[in-house]
Amino acid sequence: MRLIVNGAKHELDLDPRTTVLDALREHLGLTGAKKGCDHGQCGACTVLLAGRRVNSCLLLAIAHQDTEITTVEGLAGHPVQQGFLDHDGFQCGYCTPGQICSAAGMLDEVAQGRPSAVTEPHDHDLLSDTEIRERMSGNLCRCGAYPNMVPAIRQAAAQAQETPR
Amino acid sequence: MKTFEYRGATGLDDGLEPGAMFLGGGTNLVDLMKLGVATPDVLVDVNRLGLDAITDLPDGGLRIGAGVRNSDLAADPRVRERYPVLSGALLAGASGQLRNMATTGGNLLQRTRCRYFMDATKPCNKHTPGSGCPAREGDHRNLAILGASEHCVATHPSDMAVALVALDAVVNTSGPAGERSIPVTDLHRLPGDEPDRDTVLDHGELITSVDLPVLGVAAHSFYRKVRDRASYAFAVGSVAAALSVEDGVVRDVRLAWGGVAHKPWRARLAEERLRGAPAGRESWLAAADAELAAARGLRDNTYKIGLMRNLTAWVLEHLS
Repeated sequence: MRLIVNGAKHELDLDPRTTVLDALREHLGLTGAKKGCDHGQCGACTVLLAGRRVNSCLLLAIAHQDTEITTVEGLAGHPVQQGFLDHDGFQCGYCTPGQICSAAGMLDEVAQGRPSAVTEPHDHDLLSDTEIRERMSGNLCRCGAYPNMVPAIRQAAAQAQETPR
Repeated sequence: MKTFEYRGATGLDDGLEPGAMFLGGGTNLVDLMKLGVATPDVLVDVNRLGLDAITDLPDGGLRIGAGVRNSDLAADPRVRERYPVLSGALLAGASGQLRNMATTGGNLLQRTRCRYFMDATKPCNKHTPGSGCPAREGDHRNLAILGASEHCVATHPSDMAVALVALDAVVNTSGPAGERSIPVTDLHRLPGDEPDRDTVLDHGELITSVDLPVLGVAAHSFYRKVRDRASYAFAVGSVAAALSVEDGVVRDVRLAWGGVAHKPWRARLAEERLRGAPAGRESWLAAADAELAAARGLRDNTYKIGLMRNLTAWVLEHLS
C-alpha cells in the first residue's frame, strides 16, 4: 500500500481495515491528528485530502493511496497556527491539530466563495463570527476554547489575504 | 471491524457478489463497519467510475453524478440559483469535513441513526430481522410520527433527500439487470414488516446519477431544520418547500418533511390543500393539519406533531 503524506511517499504493509488516521498515528509516527470519537463526530482527526478537510477516522487507507494527505505537521508556519498562538485558541490542546487543519481547509472554501448554512443570498462577508462558528461546527472542543478560536481564525484569514500562499 | 476484501469497481453494471457492498465516501458505511452493524465481505469502491460531474440536461434540468460530493453540490451556482432548497438542505447537514467526502448517492442510501440500529448488541428489526424493536418503549424521542410500523419507528436521517423529494428528482441506476429511473419519492420504503429494506434497490444496483427536473417554483424555495443544537446535528424535524403566490393565491407548491418518517416525506395532502388557497397563516396551518391527521406519536415524540405544524407554517410564510 502507498500513502502520500506531507509530500513524502510511503510504502506500507497494512490490513485493509486500517483507517488513514491509524496509518498516520500507528505506522507513520505522525501523531498530530488525534483520535477523539473515532466515528466522525468530533473533528479531532481532521486532515486535508487533496487540500480538502476530511475526517481521517472515516477514510480507509487502502482507498486513498494516490491522493495527497496533509496533516497538521505539514501545516507548520501556516497563518492559522500563528493565529491560535497569538489568540490562545486552546486550553488542553487535544482538539487543536484538528481545529487547525479544519480552519486551513475552511479558509480555502471561503476563498472559493463557497456558502455555509448561515450565508444569506448575495452575502459577501463569509467570515463573520457567525460564519466562522457555523463553518467550524465539525470540530468540537471540550474545554470550550471557542471564543479565542474565532479571532485566531479571523486573523489568519486577514494574513492569508495579505500574503497569498 | 470484520475483515473484508477491497477492489475497485470496473464498470457501472459490475453488480455485487453476495455479501459485497459499494463504497462511496464511506462517511456512514465505515462508521457502521466499525460498529459491527455493517459486515461486508467485499467492498467495491465506486469512487473512480467518473460519476463526479454536474451536467446540464437538454431540457434545462440538471444531472448530478452519484459521486458528486455534498459540498460541491451545495456550492454549485446552478443549484444555488435554481434549486436553493437543495443547497440549503445540504449545508444544514453534517459538517464541512463530512460534506467534503459524502456523495450524492451515498447520502440517499445512508442508514438511520436510531440508537438501537447503531448498536449491534441490541435487538433491532432493521439490523437483525425478527429480533424486535426496543425503540417503541425505549428511546424514541427523535423517531417517526408518520408511516411507522410495529416493527420499526426509525427515521431517515438525510436532509438532502428531503429537498430532492420536494423537487421531484429522479435517481438513475445501473446494474446487471440493466438501467432504470426511479422518482426519489419512490426510492425509500416505509418499514412495514421488512424494516431491513430501506429502499427499493436490488442488491448490486448502483445509483449513477440524480436528475433535477425543470421546475420554475424551485427557484423560490427554502429549507429549515430544527435540531437540538445550533449546527452539526440530525434534524428533529425539517421542512423543504417551494412556493409561488399570485394575487394572494397559492399557484404552485412543493412540500416535504424530514426527521418524521422512515423515508423523506412528501406532504402531498398538504400540497393539495394549498393549491388555489389564499396565502396566509390559516391556509398554512390547515394544510399542515391535513398532512398530520395520520401522525401517531409515541410517549416521547408527540411534540413533533406540533413542531411540524408550526415549522411548516413558518417556512410557507417566509416564502410567501
